[in-house]
Amino acid sequence: MERMGKACLVVILLLIMAYLMVGPATAEVSSNVAPAADSTPWWFWALTLLVVCFIMGIAAVLGGVGGGVLFVPIISGFFPFHLDFVRGAGLLVALAGALAAGPGLLKMNLASLRLAIPVALIASTFSIVGAMIGLALPTNVVQISLGVTILGICVLMLTAKKSELPDVPHADRLSSALRIYGVYQEASTGQVIDWKIHRTPQGLILFVAIGIMAGMFGLGAGWANVPVLNLLMGAPLKISVATSKFLLSITDTSAAWIYMNNGCVIPMIVVPSIIGIMLGSFVGVALLRVTKPGLVRWIVIGLLSFSGLRALMKGLGI
Amino acid sequence: MDDKTRRSLQAGPEQLLYASILEKGMLFGMVLLLITYIIYVVGILKPYIPLADIPSYWSTDVHDYLHRAGIESGWSWVKMLGYGDFLNFTGIALLAGVSIFCFLSIVPMLLKQGDKLYAFFAILEVIILGVAASGVLGTGGH
Repeated sequence: MERMGKACLVVILLLIMAYLMVGPATAEVSSNVAPAADSTPWWFWALTLLVVCFIMGIAAVLGGVGGGVLFVPIISGFFPFHLDFVRGAGLLVALAGALAAGPGLLKMNLASLRLAIPVALIASTFSIVGAMIGLALPTNVVQISLGVTILGICVLMLTAKKSELPDVPHADRLSSALRIYGVYQEASTGQVIDWKIHRTPQGLILFVAIGIMAGMFGLGAGWANVPVLNLLMGAPLKISVATSKFLLSITDTSAAWIYMNNGCVIPMIVVPSIIGIMLGSFVGVALLRVTKPGLVRWIVIGLLSFSGLRALMKGLGI
Repeated sequence: MDDKTRRSLQAGPEQLLYASILEKGMLFGMVLLLITYIIYVVGILKPYIPLADIPSYWSTDVHDYLHRAGIESGWSWVKMLGYGDFLNFTGIALLAGVSIFCFLSIVPMLLKQGDKLYAFFAILEVIILGVAASGVLGTGGH
């Protein structure tokens, strides 16, 4: 399976290289340069966006990543939309996915409101700061930073370990004072698991950076939330994944408003993206039973790597 | 499994209330988004920017887009809801605003439970999201 994954990676590499050589219809990065008039009709881009987002929705579920993290690098790299509008749409795509999943996760008690609220206070505040920084910086600087971040996420996906039930000998003082603990039942074994967390202050500090990055690049931040909640703070993996997904509905809300109030929302980009990703996610969940996620994960890492490289190259004007 | 364990496996009342409002807001927002988009694309309401002209706007940065299209940033879209494209902002705003209502709704329940700290956190979150939504925070622009 590893070999198949690597083969897929190579095929994607070749396809993208071919695409780059033919010359994609992309916008100029620098705002100083007048964009070339795009003669392609609007419906072509709307339809292509819908189809690409549908595929992305499937890949996101099977690859175990959020739609937002795929959306921004891929759409900004291969569509003629300016990064400002892609980031605005990316936040709304991630927000819509989180809103759709949030209620169910809360009702099942997998997402913990007590864990999410203090974290959300920090992440949502700093995602506002990140959005303001991202909109104030020159586009090429954001492109370069986005490229580096996406490549960093690929490294994280390749190297980060996960812990189903981290060992938390003692809850720290802060989490005890906030009464952040809970109980859940592992569906596969029926085991009832008491969980608590530790290293809460360190975790909360990291959410400052996560919030800034989420707002700055319009990425959903599940890729960063889960390792911090699970590996650093010691929440069980299921609780971390579910709470992270719910958390995005708050973090992305604050940044999305900043983008919206600054005019970075074009309905013709946003709505097909949301519909495509949502429909793709439903299909992805259905396919999850018959597909080998390991293979798809390799494809997702491959796609992200090239999108990250492309963002970096665009930012550097190469 | 004893009753105490069974109870602790269930989500708390404030969490269930939050989930219920989030679910209703999300469903309403999604349906609204879909309906307004159909109104826009089918042409039931005339768009502010003609569909054929959109590709000439979306490749410029937001500053140029607003300037060339003559659109004001912030909540000016409310005054333009008569246009098909701006009508879509109702669904988008609802999706982006539903969390504020969720936090507001759990405050009385948290206070009733004597959980003043989390009630304070919830109010603080409403203020943070409210400030972001209000449009009072400007940016430096490109």
